Amino acid sequence: MSEQQPTSKFMQNGVVKWIEHRMPIFSFIDHSVGSGYPAPKNLNYWWNFGSLAGLALIIMIVSGIVLVMHYTPHTTLAFNSVERIMRDVNGGWLIRYLHMNGASFFFIAVYIHIFRGLYFGSYKYPRELLWIIGVLILLAMMATAFMGYVLPWGQMSYWGATVITNLFSAIPVVGESLVTLLWGGFVVDNPTLNRFFSLHYLLPFVILGLVIMHIWALHTFGSNNPTGVDVKGPQDTIPFHPYFTIKDLYGMGVFMLIFLFFVFFAPNYFGEADNYIPADSLATPPHIVPEWYFLPSYAILRAFTNEFILYWPVSWLMTAKLAGVIAMFGSIILLALIPWLDTSKVRSARYRPVYKWFFWIFVLDWIVLGMVGAHPAEGIWVVLGQVATTYYFAHLLVILPILGVLERPLATPESISASVTQPAE
Amino acid sequence: MMKPTIKTAFAAVLTAAAVSVAALAPTTAQAAAAGPKPEVQDWTFKGLFGTFDRASVQRGYQVYKEVCAACHSLNLIKFRNLADIGYSEAQVKALAAEYEIEDGPNDDGEMFMRKRTPSDPMPSPFPNAKAAAAANGGKAPPDLSLITKARAQGGDSVIKVSMKHPGGFTIGADYVYALLTGYEEAPDGFEMPPGGSYNKYFPGHVIAMAPPLVEEGVEFSDGTKATVSQMAHDVTMFLAWTAEPELEARKRLGVKVMLFLLALTGMLYALKRKIWSDIH
Repeated sequence: MSEQQPTSKFMQNGVVKWIEHRMPIFSFIDHSVGSGYPAPKNLNYWWNFGSLAGLALIIMIVSGIVLVMHYTPHTTLAFNSVERIMRDVNGGWLIRYLHMNGASFFFIAVYIHIFRGLYFGSYKYPRELLWIIGVLILLAMMATAFMGYVLPWGQMSYWGATVITNLFSAIPVVGESLVTLLWGGFVVDNPTLNRFFSLHYLLPFVILGLVIMHIWALHTFGSNNPTGVDVKGPQDTIPFHPYFTIKDLYGMGVFMLIFLFFVFFAPNYFGEADNYIPADSLATPPHIVPEWYFLPSYAILRAFTNEFILYWPVSWLMTAKLAGVIAMFGSIILLALIPWLDTSKVRSARYRPVYKWFFWIFVLDWIVLGMVGAHPAEGIWVVLGQVATTYYFAHLLVILPILGVLERPLATPESISASVTQPAE
Repeated sequence: MMKPTIKTAFAAVLTAAAVSVAALAPTTAQAAAAGPKPEVQDWTFKGLFGTFDRASVQRGYQVYKEVCAACHSLNLIKFRNLADIGYSEAQVKALAAEYEIEDGPNDDGEMFMRKRTPSDPMPSPFPNAKAAAAANGGKAPPDLSLITKARAQGGDSVIKVSMKHPGGFTIGADYVYALLTGYEEAPDGFEMPPGGSYNKYFPGHVIAMAPPLVEEGVEFSDGTKATVSQMAHDVTMFLAWTAEPELEARKRLGVKVMLFLLALTGMLYALKRKIWSDIH
């Protein structure tokens, strides 16, 4: 039923026609992921990570629903119920390791997806809202992952929950009440576990809803592309199906190979050994660390000490702890403003010779933050964390706005087709 | 005006990068303070096709039963699980029947003692955690079911490179073996609190567990000489199994899944090339 192609053989089938007349679902599918959805023909493999994140979300929801059939959300039973899944439930270890490692691979796909957007300027007009919904998805993912990590009720679950929920106590006036509300009491205990479990089941469906909006917004203008130049006409695009369905499927094959290699041969690689010790409110682990995907945020949080230069301007107003909390959440929320912080008219870093370098430095900075987050806040790591945190905010708040004005971009190609016949680089 | 500014920024960032690389050094220094890095052992369960050496893991069960079980529980293991490491049904039944368990209430409403069956858990040395703590100077000896996954950087992993542990990381089994063989005389001037033993691999070196293994402490039925390192090796193999009883099934399935996915992905790639061949 798509405009380009006259009615296909499939659409002439009696049953298909009957349904289509009453609910045009087949043309909807065709316009979403079929031959009726034109996509830029020059999309490279970095464009695979959106569909990979979608695949990861589905894996998480399906494996999660099965886990709930066997898991018991109670402080005295949770740890052993997870071990029962690992030992006595048929295929339970596979489901559990899929879910555990799936979280890491969901974040890997999403982080690469975000950095791809940053490199090729996918957040610029008319895709600002698409980008903002993406940042909301990231926030919802972080909340979901944090609460999910608490559920096995191991040492790191318990102490991670304690440390992170305690952060909210830094908020003036309402802080203490907010923490009591989060805990469902005056300490992290069974009510905390119960509400985290409830919300951990709810939030993935919120993410799913946001993903549908994300795709809706995407399909309004279609994908950005490596040149960042708008699609000028049909010569610049190819039908999503079969070209990108097969490319996405191939990408999923490679993704599953790497993901399942970890599931089968290094299932605890991303985890912390301490979480195989049942939660004990009387024994603090020597070194409390969040899961790897929170390490950059954690490093930003801990960078805020009384000596930190970024704290000085606000030191008369708030404690270093509160400043750290604001900075940590701010570091993610600020991403939503990038469409306006980046003042350059050119989308793709291919034609932004200076931004290209700053992009990679930003990636490096983020990795350094991650390493800082993994180490105890002592010695060189403190300084390194503060330098990297300063740079993180400098990149977003200073470098991006100024660069857009000062940088002289290269000439962008006339069109996608022109760039393919005459490469710019 | 633009160029120098950017160059300066580059210099600053490159310095930051250099500092970050230099900062990897303290990691090893910290490790030294906590004790030497445990030696990497050649476990049969490592690698893509790893399995638990049946003779070793059974000897390990004997060491656990005759030595460790005096203080350490194994709560997550049921007797029926022993079938996984090569015991026959009859042997499992006999092993279980060596211990009693309280059952009930019966039809008269009374609790009673009966012999354990394969579906029962292994017996705990203490009735509860408080009793365990009271009998051991205030701190209960840890349950050993998950000990190799709960120490060092966790269970077995085929991948050894890590950004989180730039100096390489130790798996739990290597740590447990090192701990069991790591008792030695405290160095001169080391202040040893009463009831403590010096162990070079234990964080802080003061461990409440007295050296558990002594030469010929058990008599292996297969004639293997019960040296301390042999017993430590076998019991660690056993505990690696209790921590990851799914390991063999996991790796077996994993190899099949990898082969299937390789073939599938190869075909998808060929199809992708074919479909895209008319696009330039």
